[in-house]
Amino acid sequence: MTMLFGIPLPALLGQLLIGFINGSFYALLSLGLAVIFGLLRVINFAHGAQYMLGAFTAYLLLFYTGLGFWPALIVAPLMVAAISALIERTMLSRLYDLDHLYGLLFTFGLALIIEGTFRWYYGAAGQPYAGPALLSGGTNLGFMFLPNYRGFVVVASIVICLSVWLLIEKTRLGAYLRAATENPQLVQAFGVNVPLLLTLTYALGAGLAGLAGVLAAPIYQVSPLMGSNLIIIVFAVVVIGGMGSIGGAIVTGYVLGILEGLTKVFYPEASNIVVFVIMAIVLMLRPAGLFGKEI
Amino acid sequence: MRIVFNREASVKVAALATGIAAGAIGWAVPAVSQEISDDVVKIGIMNDRSGVYADAGGEGSVVAARLAVEDFGGTVLGAPVEIVAADHQNKADIGSNVARQWYDEDKVDAIMDLPTSSVALAVQSLSREKKKITIVSGGGSAEISGSQCSPYGFQWAYDTRALSRGTAGALVRGGDDTWFFLTADYAFGDSLQSQATAVIEANGGKVLGAVRHPLSTSDFSSFILQAQSSGAKVIGLANAGLDTSNAVKAANEFGLTEAGQKMASLLLTLSDAHSLGTEGAQGLYLTAGWYWDQDDENREFAKRYMERHGKMPDMLHVGVYSAVLQYLKAIKAAGTDETEAVARKLHEMPVEDLFAKKGRVLENGRMVYDMYLFQVKSPDESSGEWDLYKQVETIPGDKAYATVAESGCDVSSFPKN
Repeated sequence: MTMLFGIPLPALLGQLLIGFINGSFYALLSLGLAVIFGLLRVINFAHGAQYMLGAFTAYLLLFYTGLGFWPALIVAPLMVAAISALIERTMLSRLYDLDHLYGLLFTFGLALIIEGTFRWYYGAAGQPYAGPALLSGGTNLGFMFLPNYRGFVVVASIVICLSVWLLIEKTRLGAYLRAATENPQLVQAFGVNVPLLLTLTYALGAGLAGLAGVLAAPIYQVSPLMGSNLIIIVFAVVVIGGMGSIGGAIVTGYVLGILEGLTKVFYPEASNIVVFVIMAIVLMLRPAGLFGKEI
Repeated sequence: MRIVFNREASVKVAALATGIAAGAIGWAVPAVSQEISDDVVKIGIMNDRSGVYADAGGEGSVVAARLAVEDFGGTVLGAPVEIVAADHQNKADIGSNVARQWYDEDKVDAIMDLPTSSVALAVQSLSREKKKITIVSGGGSAEISGSQCSPYGFQWAYDTRALSRGTAGALVRGGDDTWFFLTADYAFGDSLQSQATAVIEANGGKVLGAVRHPLSTSDFSSFILQAQSSGAKVIGLANAGLDTSNAVKAANEFGLTEAGQKMASLLLTLSDAHSLGTEGAQGLYLTAGWYWDQDDENREFAKRYMERHGKMPDMLHVGVYSAVLQYLKAIKAAGTDETEAVARKLHEMPVEDLFAKKGRVLENGRMVYDMYLFQVKSPDESSGEWDLYKQVETIPGDKAYATVAESGCDVSSFPKN
């Protein structure tokens, strides 16, 4: 059998694929975070809570209305986006003129409240959520057994990431958005409703977190803590990619997923910190991040 | 660079927010008895009421303690019995502070439950100083009745040694003799793995490998692939809580159990199994000392508990029930609530209740009773959301638990009666 670094090649390929799957979640989450930071300059600490809300909404929809995975994939992110839009309009938008620290503190407090509430009602152990029957089972790829659902997650994540990137970088709406954050007064003078744009942006970012949550629900336990376990890593991904760089967040998400996957083979104890070690090195060599512009 | 600074600030906020000290509730009761200090027997139930172990203890343990008081009759030697509760937030310093306040100001006579071994050890050592009784049922470290034992400290429901002896011993003897461990990378995981390894090797089995994963890992698929390619017959989970649930889910997803490998959890609570459901946890082996559906007596208790609390009781909850009941019986037998006398009775008296059918307490405070190897049912076998386990075999108490000599407890340092 072919060996690479003392590990059989098929096993290594399997681990690379697993890393890519995890990278899909990092990419989806850091994408939303980068959209919100890039366009609103808000460090959205509630992102993990919004991810958890997405998963819980899917679970609650199934439990109370019988709505399955596919409808939930559309409905749950929209609900998370709507709740987040309400929060942005009534509370967060008042903090835009203040230092970034206030936005961070607000969203952090919000995350604690949301997670605490769910923990009170549902406990820490989490709830099971069955994936779609259509994607149950798996496919033998020769080098590993790939559960069909995980394959779907990879494809879905790539499609979503590309669409959002195209939306912001290549469409007229995206151009308005970018202009509105560059110079709000000027854009407003052209007759564009800037506050509405900002609300929509926050809702989009939060909706993406909710979507990632629904995608994660069949794989992980739907638990109040699922977001807080992930959020710090996702922040590191955004910092490495370059705060505000949307393409950077996506690429970095996938790359770090793979690097973390390899760490799990060669030195599993370090798999939780490898992302932060990379972050420290990147910050020392390129303080603006890999894809960020120096300000 | 700014984000780094900001995160630091947010950590301070988090520390502030979580730094709220826990308080105990208590009220005065009129004087009635002479043998009982302060004319009331106060039992403090200290556990995690809001964090990761809240389902395994929390309010459920308080409900169980109250049921025990009711079953005993509400009074002992003419004095009322009162249950107070506090949240130690899994932090040893908070636990010690609450215990100090309970002993010094609130006249608490004994502290029970105490999950999270670090907190249990801190409170037990403080109680030894203060000459007060602790009965640990939530905390699982074998140290509690081992090298850090106390003459007034008791350990009731289980310990890590019994769990690993139970699960690993029974499976290896049944022919499942090659193992691969997924181990949480901290003291608890290490001790579970090393104790289980000793048992496996003593029974002629072999450990083919282990991965040590960081605490609170959400994705186990990489580790599951490694376990799969090891070819081991059993994948042993030396972790707890969400880590166990996520590992089991990933194993099912990647077809590990379908391909004939067995999963064995060295610590699984009923609430973990319930949250995974039979679909997710089926086939999993585990050791426990009590299960609600074992006999009529258990079922009847579970029904009463369910009516109060809305959930099924787990080994840990019923352990608290048994501990409270036995403590009250000991006070009655001693004719006083004075610590030395009650501790002597607790060491002497057999334990006969719905939790421990034939229990006895060793010199080091370890309560020894029969444990059981269970397997989680498949969805076809299960007839309801709580119909989760089937009993595979009984592990006699003296096979499951260590002797006083093996435990490493220096009983010669205890005060002589």
